[in-house]
Amino acid sequence: MAVKTAAQLTALILAVVAIAAAPMLLDLFDLIELTLFASMAVLALSLGFIWGFGGILSFGQTAFFGLGGYAYAVAAINFGDSTPAILLAIALPAAFAALLGYFTFYGRVSDVYFSVITLTVTLILFNVVNSTAGDEYRIGDAALGGFNGMPAVPTFNMPFDPAAVLEPEASWYVAAGTLVAVYVLLRLLLASSFGRIAVAVKENEVRASLLGYDPRLIKLIVFVIGGAVAGLAGALYVNWGAFVNPTIFGLALSAQIIIWVTIGGLGTLIGPVVGCILVQYIVSRIGTQQTFNANLILGAVLIGFVLLLPRGLMPTLQHIATQAGSRLAYMFSRDNAGRAIADRPAGAE
Amino acid sequence: MDLAAVLTLDVLSGIATLVLLSLGLAVIFGMMRIINLAHGEFVMLGAYATVLSANAGINIWIAMLVIAPLTVGAIGIVIERCLIRFLYGRLVDTMLATWGLSLFITGAVTTAFGNTIQGVPTPLGGFEIGDYRSSYYTLFLVVLSATLLGLVFIFLRRTRFGLVSRATMQNPGMTAALGVNPNRVYMQTFGIGAALTGLAGGVLAPVSGVGPEMGAAFVAKAFITVVGGGSAILAGTASSSSVFGFINQTGSYFTTPVFGEVIVFLSAIVLIRLLPQGISARFFKGSL
Repeated sequence: MAVKTAAQLTALILAVVAIAAAPMLLDLFDLIELTLFASMAVLALSLGFIWGFGGILSFGQTAFFGLGGYAYAVAAINFGDSTPAILLAIALPAAFAALLGYFTFYGRVSDVYFSVITLTVTLILFNVVNSTAGDEYRIGDAALGGFNGMPAVPTFNMPFDPAAVLEPEASWYVAAGTLVAVYVLLRLLLASSFGRIAVAVKENEVRASLLGYDPRLIKLIVFVIGGAVAGLAGALYVNWGAFVNPTIFGLALSAQIIIWVTIGGLGTLIGPVVGCILVQYIVSRIGTQQTFNANLILGAVLIGFVLLLPRGLMPTLQHIATQAGSRLAYMFSRDNAGRAIADRPAGAE
Repeated sequence: MDLAAVLTLDVLSGIATLVLLSLGLAVIFGMMRIINLAHGEFVMLGAYATVLSANAGINIWIAMLVIAPLTVGAIGIVIERCLIRFLYGRLVDTMLATWGLSLFITGAVTTAFGNTIQGVPTPLGGFEIGDYRSSYYTLFLVVLSATLLGLVFIFLRRTRFGLVSRATMQNPGMTAALGVNPNRVYMQTFGIGAALTGLAGGVLAPVSGVGPEMGAAFVAKAFITVVGGGSAILAGTASSSSVFGFINQTGSYFTTPVFGEVIVFLSAIVLIRLLPQGISARFFKGSL
C-alpha cells in the first residue's frame, strides 16, 4: 500500500513537472491542442467517476457539459468578469443534475431507462438551444444565437480583474491544473468513507441499503458531483475556443465520452483521461487526411474494445504489469532460495 | 370542421410514423432484451436502399416495400451473427457495441455515398379538404402501420414460428430441450426486427431527407416509444405511439415543431417516472 501511494505521488509530481515544462518544450499550436485535450479530459473524468465508481451510466453527460459552457458564456458576456461565470458554470449543471437525479433515482428508474432518459434530456437541450435563433432569445446582453451559437465569448481573466485576460500559456496552466486538481480531489473523495459507500452501492445496492445507507441519496450525490465536474469542463472548453454552439449537446460528443471511458478503462480514474487524450489525438490526425471517416474508425474501435478488451486499456496494462511483477518476484525468490539451498552444504562443511 | 379533419389526419400520421419507427425496435427489445442503439442507422439503411434502387429505375413501391426490408433484414442477420450473439445477457456491453455500430454504419455510408442529403419524390398525389391540402401518402402511411401491427400480431400469435420464438424468449433452455435451436431463433428474430425497421426507413424516405446522419433524429423517439410502451410488443407500441404521436402533433400545432418534440420528450420522462414498467404493464397486462 505504501509503495502504491509513493508511486502515485511520484506520478503526480512528474505530471505537475510535465505540465509546468510543456510551454517551453512545445510550440504554440501543439500547446493549444493540448489545452483542448486537457479540458475534455476533465469531462472524461466526470463520466469515469459516476459510471466507474457510482455505477451510473449517463448517456447525456453532454447535457451538463453544454449547460456549463452556455452558463459560462452567458455570465461572462453579462458580467464581463470570468470569475463568477466559472462558479455559475459549476453551480447550474450541479443544480440541474440534482433535479434530474431526484426524479430518476428517487423514482427508482432502472439502469437502462436511466440511460435512455439522460440521452433524451441532452437531445431536448440540443433542440431547445438550437431553436433560439433571433433577437427575442437573449439573456441580458447575451444573444443565444440558435444553431450558430455565441461567438466572441470573453475568455478567462485573473480572478476579479477583467482587464488581465489570460494568455494561451496561462490557459494551458489553468486547464491542465484543473485536470490534475479534479483528479486528486476525486481520488481523495474515493478514499474517504463516502467514496467507499458509493462503491458499495455500485457493487450491491440491496446490501448497501441493508447496512443502513440510502442508495438513492448516495447515487444522487455522486451524480451531482459528476454534473459539477462536467460543467467545469464546459467552461474550460468555451474558454479554449471563445465560442459555444449547440453541438456540445449533440449525440456525437455523448458517444465520444462513452468511448473515452470504455477504451481507457472503466473503474479507474486515469483510464478515462488516457482514453480521452488518445481518442482525441487519433481523431485530430484522421481529420487531416480524407481516406477514412472519423466515425468509421471510432465505431470500429469501440466495437473492438467491447468484444476483445472489455476492461479497457489501463486495467489491462495494470493486470499485465502485476502479472509480470509477480512472475519476476517469483523467479527472484526461487533464484535466491535455490542459491541458499545450494550454498548450505558448502557453508556447512 | 376542415381544420379538425386536417388536424386529425396530422395526429394519425404522427402516430403511424411512431408505430413504423418503433415496431422493429420493440420486437428486438421486447423479445430479446437487446438495446439496439444502431436502430436509427437501420432506418437510414432502409431509406438508402429505397433511394438508390428508385434512382436505378426500380419501381418505387417495390423499392420501399420489398427491397428496403430485405436488404436491412439481411444486414441485421449478418450483424447478429458477427456481433450481437457474443453479447447476449450483457446489457450494457450491447448498448456500447451497438453505439459503436451506429457510428460505424454512419461512417461507412458517409464514405460510400458522401455526406449529402438525397431524396425521392413522394408518390401518390394530394387532395384538398376545404382550404387545406393533404397527401394520399399520409393516408397510405396510416393504413400501412395498422396493417403491420395486424400482421405482426398474426405472425406471433397464429404461426408456428411465432409460438416457437415466444417460447424461446421465455425459456431458452426448455425450448432447446424440445428440439429447437435457440441461436437460430435469436438470429431470425433479430433479422425480422431489422427488416421491420428497414421497411420503416423505406416508406419514410419520401417524406424525410435521406442522409448518413438521419438516424440520430429517430433513435431517441423510437426509444421513448418502446420504453414508454413497456414489455408488451404490440399493445405497448400502439398505446405509447398514440399517446406520444397525439402530444407531438397537437404540441407542434399550438407552438412550433421543435417545442412539440420537446413536449414529447418531457412527457416521456414524466411517463417513465409514473409508470416505470411502461403503459402496457399497467393497462394491458398479459397482452402481446
